[in-house]
Amino acid sequence: MQAKNLIYDGTFDGFLTTVFYVFEHKLKTVTIQNEFTVQQGLFSENEAIFTDEVKANRVWKGIKSKLSSNGSYQLYYAFLSEEVGVEDLLLGYIQYAFSQQKTVDKDYSHPSILKIAQIAKSVGREKHRMEAFVRFRLTKDDIYFASIEPDFNVLPLIEKHFKRRYANQKWVIYDIKRGYGLFYDLETVELINMDFPENFNFTKTDDAFFATQEFEFQKLWQDYFKATNIASRKNMKLHIRHVPKRYWKYLSEKQPN
Amino acid sequence: MSFQRTQEKLKILADAAKYDVSCSSSGSKRANTNKGLGDATGMGICHSYTEDGRCVSLLKILLTNHCIFDCAYCVTRKSNDVKRAAFKVQEVVDLTLNFYRRNYIEGLFLSSGIFKSADYTMERLVAVAKKLRLEENFNGYIHLKSIPGASDELMREAGLYADRLSVNIEIPTEAGLKKLAPDKKREDFIKPMVKVKNEIIQYNAEKKIIKSTPKFAPAGQSTQMIIGASGENDFQIMQTSNHFYKSYNLKRVYYSGYVPISYDNRLPQIGSAVPMLRENRLYQTDWLMRFYGFDVSEILNEQHQNLDLDVDPKLSWALRNLHEFPVDVNTADQRMLARIPGLGMKSVFKIINARRFRKLNWEHLKKIGVALNRAQYFMVCDSNQFEKRDLTSEKIKGLILQNSTSKYQKMLSNQLSLFG
Repeated sequence: MQAKNLIYDGTFDGFLTTVFYVFEHKLKTVTIQNEFTVQQGLFSENEAIFTDEVKANRVWKGIKSKLSSNGSYQLYYAFLSEEVGVEDLLLGYIQYAFSQQKTVDKDYSHPSILKIAQIAKSVGREKHRMEAFVRFRLTKDDIYFASIEPDFNVLPLIEKHFKRRYANQKWVIYDIKRGYGLFYDLETVELINMDFPENFNFTKTDDAFFATQEFEFQKLWQDYFKATNIASRKNMKLHIRHVPKRYWKYLSEKQPN
Repeated sequence: MSFQRTQEKLKILADAAKYDVSCSSSGSKRANTNKGLGDATGMGICHSYTEDGRCVSLLKILLTNHCIFDCAYCVTRKSNDVKRAAFKVQEVVDLTLNFYRRNYIEGLFLSSGIFKSADYTMERLVAVAKKLRLEENFNGYIHLKSIPGASDELMREAGLYADRLSVNIEIPTEAGLKKLAPDKKREDFIKPMVKVKNEIIQYNAEKKIIKSTPKFAPAGQSTQMIIGASGENDFQIMQTSNHFYKSYNLKRVYYSGYVPISYDNRLPQIGSAVPMLRENRLYQTDWLMRFYGFDVSEILNEQHQNLDLDVDPKLSWALRNLHEFPVDVNTADQRMLARIPGLGMKSVFKIINARRFRKLNWEHLKKIGVALNRAQYFMVCDSNQFEKRDLTSEKIKGLILQNSTSKYQKMLSNQLSLFG
């Protein structure tokens, strides 16, 4: 049988539909690729998969019955890592889970289960970092705006946290890398795409867009950040381990004065 | 709010509050209600880290650094020549809300120098928390200092609005306290602690019957001790700590290496090193007591009054108790697994889960994340390769130190050459 290369639309439902397809056609040699990152295999035949919510839900229900709740969320987290080849890894994991009687997700001595657990952990860490490192800035039209560039696609994971916490203010968290964001309008959270002026500088708090008091509170926060440091205990290695440099550009306390 | 005045005050009163090490923002159960601001249900979040590597989770400030006491170890002591300032209640409320809205912080940690009297001070701390909760519908985290000597009524009110209350005993022994803070009495620290403890017990009992009983300090109480200011040994420190955990149901005891801030000759002089490594070893011991099932007397006792600086306390215990090893990771119970040097609780749980599927060998353990450089001398697994030589403790310690580099290497060699 010829190797197949299944191409899906990059969504989680799309991926689950593809898994359905693999089971339905009992495919053996198969790779799954996101349509945005397709690499043509030499000896494989491409096939596009159309996302089908019903099929996706069936697969998800099946997964949830075969794995613990921890196991199924690890699977979703690992999917959001967008790592190259993660779809194939997840497919192997799902196939293995369905072939076993026991719930397998705590089998940490199995290489691909441990691998998925580790990827999920990195994604979880990034989610937590975004909950910590998002810095809202108040715009002139009374919206708290934050821009982020997370390593993984964690916006879907942080939505609930921010909705619960900032229930009485309008906010936007925009993922610049992936070109979409979340907008909370005091009622619901919506996915949005925004057009920014060309060469828009996301790290700069420009007084054309941001409220006057925003500058004062940023200054106060920077002062606080400096005053709370104990110089005789300085430990930059530890500091950078906790706040890796790639996050600095969006942290108000790390902006040059 | 006048920006410049607030800025000036913030600098002074944040600087004075920074020696309080508690930054925890977890363990509360305060959910956002009626579309208010904030939520303190989940785990704590460290929103940033200072350059000394400490977490910034709360806006940690003093209400004022005016103080009627003259405790030698304290930067706000009466006789110290520093700029003094005081926040108004509304200023603290505004700062907290605006920092919170920008996702800078999890909430407020409010402490204070003692001006006029204990109750007068406590009343103002409570007023800030009350305003945040009742007028601003703020559900973020609030940590209030219990002022030593504050009345029971005020402590009860404080607990209704705060998530955590803490009172720092600062000096581990009463003799040390007498020497460094002659105006303070141990009873004054204990009094609010007892009140809060009893209220929490009562709250837990009442909640079982009436679900709507108003919350009382849901994240519990904590305290802090200064390390290396008054000559106590580690045995005394951990005994005190253990006593506070057991008798007052504390959530945390913090250990704060003394940062020299004074030329007072009762104290280490300005310029002497902060005992960070010792502080680290005390925290490790604290964790062994709270999460690893150790009794404090196993780690520190009359014969062994100070923690080793060159190896961690669990390894040190294992080296003194070689008769308990090696442990077979495929059969041992959780308690014994947790005692193997190089195994954290996360690895312990992974091992317990993984060994249900197959017997584990070195390769599995390494992938799971066990620190084999330490663990290998204390365990056997599904492999015929294991430490067969009958090594002495000194030999094992030597081998481990040879094959590892401590991040404290520099400090270690300094400290050893001082006493060696």
